[in-house]
Amino acid sequence: MDVSTEAASLSSETPQDQQRIVASWQDVAAEGSLGESTSHELALTREQLRTLYRLMATSRRVDRQAINLTRQGALGVFASSLGQEAAQVGAVFALDAEDWLFPTYRDTVGTFARGVDIVESLALFQGSWHCGFDPMRYRVAPQTTPLATQSLHAVGLAMAARIKRDPIVALAFYGDGAASEGDTHEALNMASVFTAPVVFFVQNNQYAISVPIRDQMHASSIALRAAGYGMPGMRVDGNDVLSVYGAVRHAVERARAGGGPSLIEALTYRIEAHTTADDSSRYRSDDEVEAWRKRDPLERYLGFLRERGVVDDAFVSEVDAEGETIAARMRDALFGAPAGDPREMFDHVYTTMTPQLEAQRALLEQELKAEEG
Amino acid sequence: MELTMAGALNAALRDSMREDDSVVVYGEDVGRLGGVFRITDGLQAEMGADRCFDTPVAESGIIGTAIGMAIYGLRPVVEMQFDGFSYPAVNQVISHLAKYRNRTRGRVALPIVMRVPYGGGIGAVEHHSESPEVYYAHTAGLTVVSPGTPADAYALLRMSIAHPDPVIFLEPKRRYWLKEDLDLPVTAPPIGRAIVRRPGKTATVIAYGPMVTTAMDAAAAATESGWDLEVIDVRTLSPLDIDTLTESVTRTGRALVVHEAARFGGFGAEIAAEVTERAFGYLAAPVLRVTGWDVPYPPAKIEQHFLPTADRILDAVARLLEY
Repeated sequence: MDVSTEAASLSSETPQDQQRIVASWQDVAAEGSLGESTSHELALTREQLRTLYRLMATSRRVDRQAINLTRQGALGVFASSLGQEAAQVGAVFALDAEDWLFPTYRDTVGTFARGVDIVESLALFQGSWHCGFDPMRYRVAPQTTPLATQSLHAVGLAMAARIKRDPIVALAFYGDGAASEGDTHEALNMASVFTAPVVFFVQNNQYAISVPIRDQMHASSIALRAAGYGMPGMRVDGNDVLSVYGAVRHAVERARAGGGPSLIEALTYRIEAHTTADDSSRYRSDDEVEAWRKRDPLERYLGFLRERGVVDDAFVSEVDAEGETIAARMRDALFGAPAGDPREMFDHVYTTMTPQLEAQRALLEQELKAEEG
Repeated sequence: MELTMAGALNAALRDSMREDDSVVVYGEDVGRLGGVFRITDGLQAEMGADRCFDTPVAESGIIGTAIGMAIYGLRPVVEMQFDGFSYPAVNQVISHLAKYRNRTRGRVALPIVMRVPYGGGIGAVEHHSESPEVYYAHTAGLTVVSPGTPADAYALLRMSIAHPDPVIFLEPKRRYWLKEDLDLPVTAPPIGRAIVRRPGKTATVIAYGPMVTTAMDAAAAATESGWDLEVIDVRTLSPLDIDTLTESVTRTGRALVVHEAARFGGFGAEIAAEVTERAFGYLAAPVLRVTGWDVPYPPAKIEQHFLPTADRILDAVARLLEY
């Protein structure tokens, strides 16, 4: 670049005296672009195809039951995954047993599909504890509510695995809203710099509570951002469970082989409101919701399986019954569940309770005794 | 061997890394350069780039990744390059670092040390002289430590790295070049214990971090006025060793707290309230505070008028004795 500017001399000159100065730069193309959709062969057994259906169908039943339990007061609030089952289940299904999942509050059915006990995970929405399951047992991090923050935890865990030479992968879930957070940028960049075995999986469900994606970004795709971080990016139909599985599996295998992180955007839609406390009629039309209902991921997958002769009515009934069993267990465990012992709020703050907390615990103890007495 | 506080901190990191393979040290410029204050000097060369490495300039990312690493069994010791640049990480610190153990009912502990060079007095530009201790001390789940001497810098950092819970380790950067004769490895009372640095009878001066030296200077000068000041080094802001403070004040009957941070809502207010509540009957005067003013940290050329000095401490002692 060859630019010389001398402010002092310029200021005394008239416009006619201005020198001809040449500057040079490179323009970035207005926007990168997505390639054409490409096809990839998947090696899935009939049993795996059936398992995917079972997980999606029982997930939907779990989601519906959680909404019901919220309406009945057993849960304080719930963030539904209705319509996003293919995205969550398909992505989680691409992990191996030793891998880690970092979910958000939206990903209850994803954690369920990963094997976390649904009653334990619903402690968050029940209000009995912030995280009701053991992350170390399931290799699933607590469902986070501060947006995008968990993506950095996923990167750190993946960096640690790489330092220890363990061939595991961390799958970070986040949404289109969280894609605007600064932590998302730091996570993508650090993952890339450290070749961390992470897969960033963005469920673009079109809304951050009420704000549509067009008001959150002016690029045509979240996946395009991958290029800026020097990592592969993919966009996939998030309502097509097999494509989601295929894309995530591809990224997981690449990460495990030392190829570093990937960013995947799954296009989907949140059929329910943001949470049970939200009224989505204030920001979107029934027609829009109806159009997405027609792209229902579960119905679509069931149609595919029937066409292929992979499932029959007996199997579908069996899965329905399994869903009912889980739903009944949720009802039994969560309806009228006791609040828990308030003394516990002091127990886990530090490994060794501080003298200050011991004193405060004793004060609460007195209050509780007075209430009981 | 004579060692600076910076040298003592460097030795503590090296010894911890030699002893425990799971200790990793990272942050901005801590690898090749050895840190802007050279606290991590030579660690990458000795331990390798897997154990001591540079990160992109991303403070939230440094703390966030440390959390993930700790979940996977490492013990990250991370550096915030300057106090004023630790703020982008505050969301990760408050929302996750402090809460993870509690959130998971004790199933996931985070043995992470966040080192922060803090405080003024080095003629730095804006954002390089902050005293953020109360933000951390106010947050349940964090342990907040600040050494005042080279020996304590070594011992407290070793203990912080071995600690099972997250420690915010506040290093008084203006004392990095303070020297002390040390035979490493030195030991010291545990985290959570204050120390009487100088026994005395006239009044108790309570200080931590950079102000320990200032308080000791004031105590030395006070002898000219015939005052025998007791100086307590708090060492751990959270959990606070209120027993040691109370015991001292019940003997002297007078107390003042010194810190660089602003007065309003500062750590001195917490100490004053606790001491007053426990030693009210022994107090001959209210607990006084000698602090920075309630202003943003001033430019370098006038910072000496902001920072508490030995003279300002002695003026406060005189006021204590007027009651």
